[in-house]
Amino acid sequence: MGQQTISDRATVGRGAAAAVFEARGITKVYGMGEVEVHALRGVDLELREGELLVLLGPSGSGKSTLLNILGGLDVPTAGRVLYRGRDLTAAHEKQLTQYRRHHVGFVFQFYNLIPSLTARENVSLVTEISLDPMTPEDALGLVDLEDRMDHFPAQLSGGEQQRVAIARAIAKRPDVLLCDEPTGALDISTGILVLQAIEKVSRELGTTVAVITHNAAISEMADRVISLGDGRIVSETANAHRRPVDELVW
Amino acid sequence: MRAIDRKLLRDLWHIKGQALAIAMVVAAGIAMLVMYLSTFASLQLTLDTYYDRYRFAEVFASLRRAPASLVDAISEIPGVAEVETRVVADVSLSVEGLSEPAVARLISVPERPSSHLNDLFLRQGRYLEPGRPDEVLVSEGFALARGLEPGDRVSAVLNGRRRSLEIVGIALSPEYVYTIRPGDLFPDDSRFGIFWMAQPALAAAFDMEGGFNDLSLSLMRDASEPEVIARLDRLLEPYGGLGAIPRSLQLSHWSVTNELAGLKGAGFIVPVVFLAVAIFLLNVVLTRIVSVQREQIAALKALGYSNFDIGLHFVKWSLLVTFGGAVLGILGGAWMGQEINRLYAQFFRFPILTYEVSASVVLVAVAVSAAAAVLGARSAVLRAIRLPPAEAMRPEPPANFRRTWVERMGLGHWLSEPSRMILRNLQRQPLRAAFSVIGISFAGAVMVVGTFSLDAIDWMLDLQFNVSQRQDLTVSFYLPASSRAFHEIERLEGVLTVEPMRSVPVRLRAGHRSRNLAIQGFVAQPELSRVVRADYRPVHLPAEGLVMSAKLAELMDIEVGDEVRLEVLDGSRPVVRAQVAQLVDEFMGTAIYMEIGALRRLLHEGDSLSGVTLKVDPRSFEELYRRLKATPAVAAVALKRAVLQNFEETIGRNLGLLTFFNILFASIIAIGVIYNSARISLSERGRDLASLRVLGFTRGEISFILLGELALLTAISLPLGLALGRGLAALTVRAYDNELYRLPMIVAPRTYGIAALTVVLASLLSGLVVRRRLDHLDLVAVLKTRE
Repeated sequence: MGQQTISDRATVGRGAAAAVFEARGITKVYGMGEVEVHALRGVDLELREGELLVLLGPSGSGKSTLLNILGGLDVPTAGRVLYRGRDLTAAHEKQLTQYRRHHVGFVFQFYNLIPSLTARENVSLVTEISLDPMTPEDALGLVDLEDRMDHFPAQLSGGEQQRVAIARAIAKRPDVLLCDEPTGALDISTGILVLQAIEKVSRELGTTVAVITHNAAISEMADRVISLGDGRIVSETANAHRRPVDELVW
Repeated sequence: MRAIDRKLLRDLWHIKGQALAIAMVVAAGIAMLVMYLSTFASLQLTLDTYYDRYRFAEVFASLRRAPASLVDAISEIPGVAEVETRVVADVSLSVEGLSEPAVARLISVPERPSSHLNDLFLRQGRYLEPGRPDEVLVSEGFALARGLEPGDRVSAVLNGRRRSLEIVGIALSPEYVYTIRPGDLFPDDSRFGIFWMAQPALAAAFDMEGGFNDLSLSLMRDASEPEVIARLDRLLEPYGGLGAIPRSLQLSHWSVTNELAGLKGAGFIVPVVFLAVAIFLLNVVLTRIVSVQREQIAALKALGYSNFDIGLHFVKWSLLVTFGGAVLGILGGAWMGQEINRLYAQFFRFPILTYEVSASVVLVAVAVSAAAAVLGARSAVLRAIRLPPAEAMRPEPPANFRRTWVERMGLGHWLSEPSRMILRNLQRQPLRAAFSVIGISFAGAVMVVGTFSLDAIDWMLDLQFNVSQRQDLTVSFYLPASSRAFHEIERLEGVLTVEPMRSVPVRLRAGHRSRNLAIQGFVAQPELSRVVRADYRPVHLPAEGLVMSAKLAELMDIEVGDEVRLEVLDGSRPVVRAQVAQLVDEFMGTAIYMEIGALRRLLHEGDSLSGVTLKVDPRSFEELYRRLKATPAVAAVALKRAVLQNFEETIGRNLGLLTFFNILFASIIAIGVIYNSARISLSERGRDLASLRVLGFTRGEISFILLGELALLTAISLPLGLALGRGLAALTVRAYDNELYRLPMIVAPRTYGIAALTVVLASLLSGLVVRRRLDHLDLVAVLKTRE
């Protein structure tokens, strides 16, 4: 593994509101056989230090593609993405791996836990390869799963599994936490628990967070909401105050 | 332990049945490899050490009689380092309490123990004591076969006088690692033994005082062997020299090296088959795992695991399984090697047959299994690396099915829906289906190639003893006799048929190549001892010219119609030319035949004969046998019954073990391939099958869909496997094509039947195991999994 990283661990003070991500004119076209699918059609976007952003949109609006590009899992067909001033679109596969390893925490709709590893071991999977991680126990403590640490995913409920996934994502103390429909597979009450965990991370660790959802109710927990439709940004609103998660209703 | 490695172990444990099946295939392949390599290396090392320590000579010559003074002239041949002269005589021997006769070869040794060429290793007892002319040392093989111990006595006829000889020790010589009587097909330790006797005593018994009739030479480092042999032959010619031979043609050495060469050639075929199957299985299973773990791999990539980490993860998977198999294989191979070595020790006599699995053999085994692991993991690793994480996060799209060609041909309405599912599934992944078929075929092939040698040997025995050698007894004389002896034997009671033989030692020369052998003369169309071709048709010996084994012709680069030079090493030693009239495919030795009249004319001699073959009335058999044995002119009486019995005892016993191993190994391959195919099909289609169960299909019906596919693959692979086995058998036949023996390309229907049956049974067994899983299919859980 190379020594290059996209950026050294930045120490930009909280509240300085420097841009973590700057995306300009992002276009993504998938070739599916003879049909071309335009997932993104020129998206401009900024994500600021410490903010909690909700990307809202119906399925097929291109929000997952956008998140994957920000997280270094995918590269745009055109446009540029700067992460703390470094160009992700020009990075090599190895550099993207290092970027994901040290800077990004992912939470997926279907948790994507490793079924053969316990909750603790799923978190260790990440702490073992990061530079300055918290202990798996601390990470699981943050999502209130101290007493379920030695359970396998199959022995956990959907909400618990998603909280393990969050613990796994934050254990490396990521600069950004990217959550793709984190409540998509959950009922309301478990969904609330998961969102509370995300909010806690944002609040207590000051992590920059982007949450994707098709559920408009969730957008009230955000600092800022960007709505996507058909691969374009449709609207952008800033919430004066984040609404506490336990007040959300859907 | 790192979490990712823990994942590896738990994943592996989850599919332990499949992993075990693959590990067993690897183990079988590595076991065979280790067995062959270690046996070969151990034998070679033992041989080299033995030859070196006990000073095995480099040139050997026999003659009628030469004065001891000739030694000086021989020593002066450029290149000769040391000369050892001896008296050697074959005598008839009887051992108390045993009715069957034996031939003893008496060899003179120095009266006091001293270092000499072809030195003796004393296993038991003591060396000879000077002044005790009746003391002898006996070869170990004979002592064991006859239950002789120091202190026992044997009675022998030495030059017409019966003597009682006392065995004082049991010894071994590098000259007789493999003890076979010249002209015999198999070694028979109970009927041919070597006795070493003090030089003065043996010389006195055969009127050889001040002379010798046998010698061996060691050569200087830069000596030219052919040059020394040519000069030696010239020196010995006036003294009845039978033609000197180099070490490479010395009977014992030649037999051992031929066996080693066969081992080296055939030893690699079977391990290669097993490792190829293991690579295929690893490939199939790992590819399936990558497919099942698609989303896990994507998550690992998203978490920051590099392609290298992920590739390594699957290579480790493969290495773990393979090394597990390799460890088992090395242990198993060491054990099998030891057994094989013990088997060799029955035929090859060494002071110590050290068996060891050297570090280099282990290293080769480990390297080979590591290479198999990497090759097996290769495509799965590439797939995992190429997996785009963003897409892989989502479940795989539904597989792409099409109508099969059977249906497009309009035969679709003959098929039930489940049959259609089977065919479409096979068509969707034709490559994998093809590889599965090849894999299962290998099981049948291993079975065929492993057991066909039994057929080949049966066939050879039948040809040899029922078609070719139809006599009950073979009588050979010390010296060529006249027709009077023939008529005397003819008149003996109980003799039904008698035919003369004439055996003449010659040096055969063609171009720059030469061989010492005996031309065998028979009547043109004998009833008893016949020359028979591979197609069972007896050869009519032509009135003129030689009939030669095709192998000999190949070795000497001779074709039909060629003229060869024959230097007769007997009688008046004429040098004549003769034409090769016919070649005959024979499976043992390198023989040369001639019609007896033609042979006599060639030698300008009358109706001489060196022996007779007899067909005997069973009622007077024992009496006749006893009388012939007691006749002084008779050197040996060979009993067909005894030869056959000896063969069955030594070879037959060992082949049983070999067959057991082959059935075991073929089953390992069959189960490995079929069980893995079934498990993978189950993993791929468990959801479909569970859905069908929910829709109301019975267990039997869904089993048909899954197991029907396996049955179809097995059915296709059966004929293929048998054909492949035949091909591998042909390769083995080629590898064992040496001067000592050739295997005929014979595979009996029974062998094909057993091979097919083994595969079918292994297939059924695998099917049953999977069927049990199908019966316990958790309908609800399967429908819930998103895979």
